[in-house]
Amino acid sequence: MDLSLATNVRPKAADANAGVILEATRLRKSYGKLEVIKGVDLSLNAGEVLAIIGPSGSGKSTLIRCLNMMETPTAGVIRYNGRQVESRFASRSGRIGCGELRRHVGMVFQHFNLFPHKTVIQNICEGPLAVLKEPREAVEARAMDLLAKVGLLEKRDVYPNHLSGGQKQRVAIARALAMRPDVLLLDEVTSALDPELVGEVLEVIRALVQDGMTMAIVTHEISFAADIADRVVFIDEGVIAELGSADDVIHKSGSARLRAFLSRFHS
Amino acid sequence: MYKMDFSVVLQSWDLFLWGLWLTFAYTTASIVIGVVIGFVVCFGRLSSIPFISLLARAYQEVFRCTPLLVQLLWFYYALPLLLGFSLDNTTAALLTLSLYAGSFYAEIFRGGILSIDRGQTEAAKAIAMSDRQTMWRIVMPQALKRMLPAFINQSVIQFKNTSLISVISVGELAYMAAVVNGQTYRPLEAYTVVAVLYFALLFPMTQIADYVERRLRVSD
Repeated sequence: MDLSLATNVRPKAADANAGVILEATRLRKSYGKLEVIKGVDLSLNAGEVLAIIGPSGSGKSTLIRCLNMMETPTAGVIRYNGRQVESRFASRSGRIGCGELRRHVGMVFQHFNLFPHKTVIQNICEGPLAVLKEPREAVEARAMDLLAKVGLLEKRDVYPNHLSGGQKQRVAIARALAMRPDVLLLDEVTSALDPELVGEVLEVIRALVQDGMTMAIVTHEISFAADIADRVVFIDEGVIAELGSADDVIHKSGSARLRAFLSRFHS
Repeated sequence: MYKMDFSVVLQSWDLFLWGLWLTFAYTTASIVIGVVIGFVVCFGRLSSIPFISLLARAYQEVFRCTPLLVQLLWFYYALPLLLGFSLDNTTAALLTLSLYAGSFYAEIFRGGILSIDRGQTEAAKAIAMSDRQTMWRIVMPQALKRMLPAFINQSVIQFKNTSLISVISVGELAYMAAVVNGQTYRPLEAYTVVAVLYFALLFPMTQIADYVERRLRVSD
């Protein structure tokens, strides 16, 4: 993988000596006879924001879900910090299990998937308490900081059903951040939102970019992607059709498929 | 015109009371054992090992697709011929009631677990939970809530079904009605008393079930 493609990396506080943190090699994924990912090589550098765009059914969601083993690849390898990832939960002899991987690589979903039987703060504390076994006091303090960050302090004891879609997604982001991940995977996190609620979620993501969080983002918000992403990858029919700086891919690419795809967003 | 006289029948109040106690005991015991069986069979059916899920399925279908009355008679009269030793009626009754309840509970539990959105499992895994943590911390609490109305309903049916064990001479409430009738020749009074006792116990239970169902719907 040619790392020099990351041309417009803005200076970031953390990870000045950015290396590859998450990497897919010759990745393939099939459902029965249907091959959705057809051999993808992709890497994510520490401190980088990578936007994954493409038409519906192009495989971009499947691709990002392979990166934390939410989907088990049919072939190919995922590496985290150079260590090969296995689909089994536990790590063993040099290889990293999906359990350990997910402690470092968080994910936020299109449909939020908050735990409805837990309050906002319980949702956020669940991972650090149950998985990381951290002391409650520290976890709750951190959860309050995160709630402040996503602007929902006053909702701490509310159940998710009483939140708007935008609020739910902000809680979901806080829940993922509570694990203190090195990487955050965002899978179409604004696609299920009413248009007027998209902005508040994008604001939170923008703040994460400012903090230097490493992220891969599957999104249909093309102008937002162009704005925040260091690199953009255009997935089409299960392969990488274009990969480069946001400017190169979104504004300068001559690919007919990509132009046709992008033209739908300029109405 | 038949002249009702409950006083004769009610002189045997101690028999009714004893019958009531046995009905209650068999119901409770078979629900408790049935729940344990139900959970085991439910996870058996959800197992990814084909042999185990098939075995669980077979058990379930056998007990759901044959009448409880036939099962009772089979366990009491037929099974001993295969085993080479007899089962007393207490054992046969409890065994059959529990296996019968378990087959239905398993389906209620399975339905409850499968009704939980896949996104919940994914969200749990995304914060690095193991399968076990995902099941017990995320899926099960939500599933239990959802299966509660069906569970109470099935338990009410179980309560009434204990009347069938009178055919193998277990002295529960329905059996006692027959006994009192035999002593007094007053079937109307004897069976009415028993019917009223069942109703008095079960009506509050169904009311509670309705209430629980309404409450759960509100918080959804």
